[in-house]
Amino acid sequence: MATYALQRLIQSVFVLLAASIVVFLAVYGIGDPVEILVPPQASAAERAELMRRLGLDLPLWRQYLVFLWNALHGDLGRSFVHGVPAIDLILSRLPATFELVLLAMTIAIGVGIPVGLVAGLDTESRLSRTIMAGTVLGYSLPNFWKGMMLILVFAVLLGWLPTSGRGATVDILGLKTSLLTLDGLKHLILPALNLAIPNMALMIRLVAAGTAEAKAQDYVKYARAKGVRPRRIVGRHILRNILIPVVTVVGIEFGSLIAFSTITETVFAWPGMGKLLIDSIYQLDRPLVVAYIMLATFLFVSVNLVVDLLYAALDPRVRLAGEAA
Amino acid sequence: MPRLRHALPLAAALIAAALPAAAQNLRIALSSEPTAVDPHYHVLAPNSALAAHIFDSLVDTDEAQRLVPSLATAWKNDGANKWTFTLRKGVKFSNGKPFTADDVIFTFCRVAKNETNIASGNKDLMRSFKSVEAPDPYTLVVTTSEPEPLLPRLLAGISLLTSSITAHGKIAFNVDANCGVTGPWPSVSQFNEGSVAIGTGPYKLKSYVRGSAIDLERHDGYWGEKPHWATVKMVPVTNAGPRLAGLIAGDYDLIENPAARDLQRIREDKRLAFSAVPSSRVIFFQMDVARSPSPFVNDGKGTNPLQDARVRKAIVLAVDREAIVKRLMDGGAVVANQFLPNGMYGTLANPPAIKFDPAAAKKLLAEAGYANGFDLTLTATNDRYINDGQIAQAVAGYLSQVGIRTKVDAMTRAIYFPRRAKKEFSFSMGGWGSAEGSSFLRYWATAPDEKKTRGTSNYGGLADPQLDSLVSKALVTMDDDKRAELLRQSITRLLELNAFLPLHFESTLWAFKSDIAYAGRADQYTFAMNAKPAKK
Repeated sequence: MATYALQRLIQSVFVLLAASIVVFLAVYGIGDPVEILVPPQASAAERAELMRRLGLDLPLWRQYLVFLWNALHGDLGRSFVHGVPAIDLILSRLPATFELVLLAMTIAIGVGIPVGLVAGLDTESRLSRTIMAGTVLGYSLPNFWKGMMLILVFAVLLGWLPTSGRGATVDILGLKTSLLTLDGLKHLILPALNLAIPNMALMIRLVAAGTAEAKAQDYVKYARAKGVRPRRIVGRHILRNILIPVVTVVGIEFGSLIAFSTITETVFAWPGMGKLLIDSIYQLDRPLVVAYIMLATFLFVSVNLVVDLLYAALDPRVRLAGEAA
Repeated sequence: MPRLRHALPLAAALIAAALPAAAQNLRIALSSEPTAVDPHYHVLAPNSALAAHIFDSLVDTDEAQRLVPSLATAWKNDGANKWTFTLRKGVKFSNGKPFTADDVIFTFCRVAKNETNIASGNKDLMRSFKSVEAPDPYTLVVTTSEPEPLLPRLLAGISLLTSSITAHGKIAFNVDANCGVTGPWPSVSQFNEGSVAIGTGPYKLKSYVRGSAIDLERHDGYWGEKPHWATVKMVPVTNAGPRLAGLIAGDYDLIENPAARDLQRIREDKRLAFSAVPSSRVIFFQMDVARSPSPFVNDGKGTNPLQDARVRKAIVLAVDREAIVKRLMDGGAVVANQFLPNGMYGTLANPPAIKFDPAAAKKLLAEAGYANGFDLTLTATNDRYINDGQIAQAVAGYLSQVGIRTKVDAMTRAIYFPRRAKKEFSFSMGGWGSAEGSSFLRYWATAPDEKKTRGTSNYGGLADPQLDSLVSKALVTMDDDKRAELLRQSITRLLELNAFLPLHFESTLWAFKSDIAYAGRADQYTFAMNAKPAKK
């Protein structure tokens, strides 16, 4: 297990390196940030001074090496636009995104798995068909539009919830969270719901398909013949066996929501990381974009590692490479 | 129902008690967020607007961009390079320290020595001072190395700090000797945390959480008119839809830049009101007149038809700008017949109206030998100016009607601006908000001269000796009337050259609850100080 984790860790270093090169080149390729930042009033001397300070006067390969050298020393660079360390900016936004995604995934799993089971156990029923039709809507409607509709209904027409922004926060272990205040939760519900809906739909379909398939398996038939209670068949035999794909999807979705819930964050003016990324791309804030993507890559690598470890816990047949003799 | 009967008046009393407190708080939804609290970090509209709440400068500009006294009550010039500013007495910073000439010198030094800012031209200005002296605590004498008629205007953009935010000895304007400052210079992060964000302005910074909210509270020791709102919360909501939804739902009291297409909705809602103020931001197309051939023009002969004055004139005549303003901008713009709004200093009182005359345009094209037109691709942003992509489409449509086969290449600003800076385009969209009469001429229309910071945005390569000499003379003429006359002559000459196709001045919109009165500003800044309870 330790060897396995180590192997994955070494792999992830290479993935990070590759990601940094690609993103560095891509943002450089879009254009020169100085042209966006500097107004025409600035003299050539002031402009040159800025470029020197930002390291933009060096050839590209040297800029990259400087970046790499600093990154090895734990410095991912200063944001061109904000003038503060990029990683600080990203991490200051992380709690907001994290709590949003946590709530969204809880809703998605909490609703998705039971509803999926219901739909999968009797695929022919009217209820099941309605649920399955609903899921198509759930993930095919554009996120942006859905967000606006949620705002329109729950905030503008009914006036139950605030339209946008993050509510009051409290400090827990130095991190600000709005999960523990009423105002904070009120602000959280709509964006979390908006993120949760497509994932909920995905989860329902996944669980329903798995259940429908598992239901016809010999071990289920056998258990039923043996007289095991239906509740136990579903909980013990079916659910357990269909959890592997669910865990995989939850892992991937968790990572991608943390890193790229850009649209929801923009619509709800949620001060999270996704909004920071999109703003930074528009402003060609290369240190921020590169640091962001590296952080996101790191996140994906670690989530995948956790998912792999969970497989082993869920399914005794899965052996982690390195553990196998 | 007896219980309820008792409860109702109680509830009403509670609500009444709660109302005045709530009414003291103003919540503003911003369309773009300041990047820092540090007023010298980046000269950007949202940053400058926030700075004006917390800091003052020597000279201020009013809602129509005229100069008005602020921390300097008066200023005079000796006809050459020496300026004397009389400072306001009895002004206190929000930390209780009195304001004196030392604070001004300290601020000038900080701007000159700033190592973390984004180039803005202010550093050059400070370094161009031969000397800055304070004969007494309330008099400041600035001597420039070149005549600088715009000095008060330029100083209006420099927010004043207090020297008490760092350790110092005797302060003197001596940049190389660190001006007498012994402690560390304040950093961007210190401003963002608020520890050094101390000014003389009407508000104090309570907290700045990037992406989330900026909280301000009234500075009770403010020297000027006290603002109505005790606290102000500014929330960045970059998307226009949610911003308006927030106003309608009552989450915000005032929002910036509602979409023009939503104005009808706001008009019909009794609870809402809006104000539209023509700004000084002119939207235009800039033509490449320097190169032949030019990359995005093809006349089949390998030359650049835009170099022919008749072709340029035809282009200007071919576009129905009235229709663009009326139909595309929903009236949220004013047709531009010069490059600054009428009435601003140094503009033509009655600029000749540029007529929409496609017949004349066709005739001119034929005279120039382009009866069959030519191919042109015009380039524009699609996310920088109001309706920019659609404006480009409309202009292309008008040009096609007179025989110039026009295509549109609209792109995001992150790609557009760097490419335009490399002069990759032939017919490119631009926008410029002027704070004073000479900036458009200086940066966009005169021949590039790096040393003098001229023509830095002259992407079309216009080089007209007559225009250049008029602008050069205006830039060093100290007499206001003479300078205004030179600027008017420059504009007339520039309009004759037709190297630009001026379209319109964008109007800035604000929407707010109808119990608030808000008159906007020509510089597009949003000020909590300007919002007042509406008179019933």
